[in-house]
Amino acid sequence: MRKLGLVPYSEGLELQARLVAERRDGGIPDTLLLLEHPHVITLGSSSDPAHVLADQSERDRLGVGLFEAGRGGDVTYHGPGQLVAYPILDLKPDRKDLHRYLRDLESVLIDVASSFGIQGRRSEGQTGVWTELGKLAAIGIRVSSGWITSHGVALNVSTDLDYFGTIVPCGIADREVTSLERELNRRVSMAEASDSLVDRFSEVFLHDILVA
Amino acid sequence: MARIEVPMPQMGESIAEGTVSKWLKQLGDVVERDEAILEISTDKVDAEIPAPASGTLVEIAVEEGATVEVGTVVAFIDPEGGAAAATAPAPGGAAAPAPEEAPASASSTSAPAPAAPPAEPGPDGEQSAEDRLRTRSTPVVRKIAEEHGVDIASVPGTGHMGRVTKQDILGFIEAGAPAAPAPVAAPAPAPPTAVADLWAAFYGEVQHPEYPVRQADTVEPMDKIRRLTAAHMVMAKRVAPHVHSFIEIDFSSVDRIRSANKARWAAQGARVSYTAFVAWAVSRVLRDFPTVNSAVSGNNVIYRGNVNLGMAVDLNPGLIVPVVHDADHLGLVGVGNKIIDVATRARDRKLMPNEIQGATFTITNPGVLGTLVGLPIIPKGTSAILGTGAIEKRVVVVTDDETGADVMAIRKRSLFSLAYDHRIVDGADSARFLSALKEMLESFPEDA
Repeated sequence: MRKLGLVPYSEGLELQARLVAERRDGGIPDTLLLLEHPHVITLGSSSDPAHVLADQSERDRLGVGLFEAGRGGDVTYHGPGQLVAYPILDLKPDRKDLHRYLRDLESVLIDVASSFGIQGRRSEGQTGVWTELGKLAAIGIRVSSGWITSHGVALNVSTDLDYFGTIVPCGIADREVTSLERELNRRVSMAEASDSLVDRFSEVFLHDILVA
Repeated sequence: MARIEVPMPQMGESIAEGTVSKWLKQLGDVVERDEAILEISTDKVDAEIPAPASGTLVEIAVEEGATVEVGTVVAFIDPEGGAAAATAPAPGGAAAPAPEEAPASASSTSAPAPAAPPAEPGPDGEQSAEDRLRTRSTPVVRKIAEEHGVDIASVPGTGHMGRVTKQDILGFIEAGAPAAPAPVAAPAPAPPTAVADLWAAFYGEVQHPEYPVRQADTVEPMDKIRRLTAAHMVMAKRVAPHVHSFIEIDFSSVDRIRSANKARWAAQGARVSYTAFVAWAVSRVLRDFPTVNSAVSGNNVIYRGNVNLGMAVDLNPGLIVPVVHDADHLGLVGVGNKIIDVATRARDRKLMPNEIQGATFTITNPGVLGTLVGLPIIPKGTSAILGTGAIEKRVVVVTDDETGADVMAIRKRSLFSLAYDHRIVDGADSARFLSALKEMLESFPEDA
């Protein structure tokens, strides 16, 4: 596991590409990256450009970058206060099921929400984790040759939710976005959230790990 | 000419279809087995699809943007590296995009309006389609033409709709077109399919044979750890030629240090087991024996830069091997505490993923349950494993320091076995390693 702090989006992409190659060659074990990105809008492979609402000048004014992410899913926003987790996992030999992997990531996020006393749930056909108030966490992944995962999940901890106004999150127009802080109406530190995420992640994925 | 199908893969039990989002390889490209040739997307996932075999991508059957069911053939690979055949576009689709027209953006929504007309044969369309095929030959053919300065339009084509094939252009050049042609580089020959398949079957996923169930039997599915262990052991044993060597270790020196420090360690809350002494000694000795801390990888040897000790832990039932990373940087007490820590958390199923991965050498302790000695299996991706037998009091012949006479003495001794991968570790290497380990344990440093 590596905690990286605030990482520019382009550096995050490069780091992931490098780690995916290393994971494929067996140079590193399954690895979980935890980080935050500066304000950025990213496009997934099924992004509709119309879902980016802020035009160039608006984005410049807000200091929000725009990237093609190379992951699945639609448009999303990352920024400070949002906990981003990129698992670089080898899904071979017995985890070769992408839907199961998505559902497992959702389980992790639902467990994290529940560790804060928040009831998170799935929404049929809308990957991610939701509460009564809106979308708490987004998921978009990539699987590279050899079943190596990258990209992952973005959990709103203390995100300034106004920035989501620059996009239609995941292309779903009629639903709100929420954060741990909004749910709890109190300060939540990144450390608190990442500790919980690491715990739940290892619980959900532990039994899938190769033994010698 | 055998062509290998590239089907839309099953990326998950509940995934019925996938969208081809991007071709990473183009018609005529030479591809390596397992090299990514296209990207598909489903739901929230982008996935690279690797080539099932080495060869030439001779047909792209599904264009970018098209969604097809799992199992649909999306491309063909010719393992013999033949010339690309004419493509038949997916039914109902637009013409297969010529390589140079591959859309730069992965967006699949906008129709490629300025592209060539559909390939549906019709009175009007036929001529232009024919022209297109004639001039737009495969990249291989165009490359050859370019290298030899040949205008493809001047080459008579015998391929589909008069298309110029690789044979056509090679024949044309040989027949004395421009300059004396240098031998044309053909794609590297791939191994014949049958052999490749055999290797795939040999190294592929493990299949356990099934047996008839008798009346009084009960049948239970293996749990996950059991399944992984079973598959791992089959592969580990199948790939590495195992050899075992043994040595007997006297624990008098270790015992002396244990008794001397017992009170101090107890006060610190430290727990330094015999296994800790063994792990500490192994981690130091391994530095001098790089082959014992290595892995055979393809035609290379990876000499590991770290000493990460896998410690086999009995879960009863089941087995897990937590890893003490960089054990050679830990002191004796540090190693002891770390072993207790990971073993305890292994039994409580509280290990982090990285704590079960990355072992470069493994220690297993069949002796803890009284076994005299074991013949362990070398974990995949490492070159050796040490098995420690029961530590028992034995009568041994020693030389009396004062009189020089041989006398019988009672000593705590244990048989150690080293299983090693004979591809990289030879018998003499193993003997030298075991002797060095014996030396270290029998005159254990006071300051470890």
